[in-house]
Amino acid sequence: MMDEIILIQTIERYLEGKMTPQEKVFFEEQRKNFPEIDQKVVEHIMFLHQIEDYATHQRLKHNLHNIHNQLLNQGIITEGENLTPKTKVIHLWNKYRKVTAIAAVVGGAIALMISGLVAFFAPANKQAIQELGQEVEKLKQGQRYQGNKINEVVSKIPKDAEVRGGGTGFLIDTKGYIITNAHILKGASSANVYNAGKEFKTKILFVDAERDLAVLKIDDKDYTPMKSLPYGVSKQGSNLGEEVFTLGYPKNEIVYNMGYLSAKTGYSGDTLTCQIQMSANPGNSGGPLLNNKGEVIGVISTRERQAEGVTFAITGKYIYKLVSDLKKANQEHQNIKVSNHSSIKGMDRVNQIKEIEDCVFLIKAYN
Amino acid sequence: MKSEVNEQALLKGLAENDTKAIEVIYKENFSIIQSYIINNNGSYDDARDIFQEAIIALYEKVQSSSFVLTCKINTYVYSVCKRLWLKRLQQIGKYSNQIEGFEETIPVEEDVDDYEKKNADFTMMEKALHSIGEPCKSLLEGFYIKQMGMQELAKQFGYTNADNAKTQKYKCLMRLKKIFFIQYNKID
Repeated sequence: MMDEIILIQTIERYLEGKMTPQEKVFFEEQRKNFPEIDQKVVEHIMFLHQIEDYATHQRLKHNLHNIHNQLLNQGIITEGENLTPKTKVIHLWNKYRKVTAIAAVVGGAIALMISGLVAFFAPANKQAIQELGQEVEKLKQGQRYQGNKINEVVSKIPKDAEVRGGGTGFLIDTKGYIITNAHILKGASSANVYNAGKEFKTKILFVDAERDLAVLKIDDKDYTPMKSLPYGVSKQGSNLGEEVFTLGYPKNEIVYNMGYLSAKTGYSGDTLTCQIQMSANPGNSGGPLLNNKGEVIGVISTRERQAEGVTFAITGKYIYKLVSDLKKANQEHQNIKVSNHSSIKGMDRVNQIKEIEDCVFLIKAYN
Repeated sequence: MKSEVNEQALLKGLAENDTKAIEVIYKENFSIIQSYIINNNGSYDDARDIFQEAIIALYEKVQSSSFVLTCKINTYVYSVCKRLWLKRLQQIGKYSNQIEGFEETIPVEEDVDDYEKKNADFTMMEKALHSIGEPCKSLLEGFYIKQMGMQELAKQFGYTNADNAKTQKYKCLMRLKKIFFIQYNKID
């Protein structure tokens, strides 16, 4: 070890030109005569090059980060609600005109009228299905998009309030990774999660709108990860008639619900989802669907409007798919691990719930 | 009108990680990139990441002495962002042809590939740094990234003198080197 350090020190002195002429001659002779030393020198040059490149890269990144925040503070660039005016509005217009009753009045200013945020949250061409996100309670008024004043008017929603969507989410990794529905986060720039009176900030990591799933990560110094999760996520399919239950936040308090698996496919034969007989309410969206063994077999997602008590859930295997997509998309989250082992298998329901409820969160999305 | 001289000065500033120059480039280009990303299934975070990656790619490019600017900075940045974002969308399986945007673009495939290769090396270095643990990580970061002197480092980390800190730094460097090369040679 010590010899190695001396060698590296010598190499660095050589590279920095700090050797005396005699030392230099001696060192160069050694290099010539001993390929091992020569190899060490070449290797070290390469390594130093790498680490110095890395260091400059980090300094640049740091600088960019600071500049970004400074420009944000000065209002020269913007994020969130004030963002790039017309294009955004036109984009929203195109995206949602099929499913929302938007009436635009053009005359000096563009005014958007949205008849209800539920419609806003509904997926295109699936009007019959009502997504179970909590109805938006309030809507921000008078947002300014670079001079174009847009008035979003929603019935039942008081003026001068903030846009908010809500639902349920649950941990899939103790490090704070939470699964929920994508539609809960639609149009949101951030989301907070709540459990047992505690509030945590999260980062929206990944949204898969097509499968209606999203991953959040708790990004809050007050969060202390638990040792392990009581439930695992099942990779196997489930059987018809199997008893299932969920925990969720149709109101500001956790609520238990149970039912049974009534069909292996969802709305109109959709194979991504399965159908459950259970009375889920708005706000249950994004909650875990569990079987008797305490294994997560799905994520509660949408409810058919005509038939009361019919609920759909996205099947568990898509959770694995989502996590592998996230890993592919983002290098930072390679250590996320979804277990298929459930430690509450033999417990009765009351005790299972006691274990699970700490891992199920109320989600509030902010625009 | 931006004169070519001005553009050259900005690039020179960027090459030196000069805050003023980067700020100008940022102001002139960020918003257009942001609206492009947001309009194509991206978030505000995506917009920031992609834009900063493009600036880093440009930085890498201006480092080489053979670099000649063949287009305006904004065209280059826009092209790189578009390419990076298309790739990102493809990776997560959301690729669609309906990418909007009417700005002029130039071919940047090779530059983006170069950038990504370099970035993979940086990720490897970052991982290696994380795995050597403390105080090694902070000591090396202090020396190489923050460019602190040995005296200053000795004081901050509580070594009795600069020489001890230096010996410790070399020990850490050797550990880092070992881990880095294991990873590096695995790839090849």
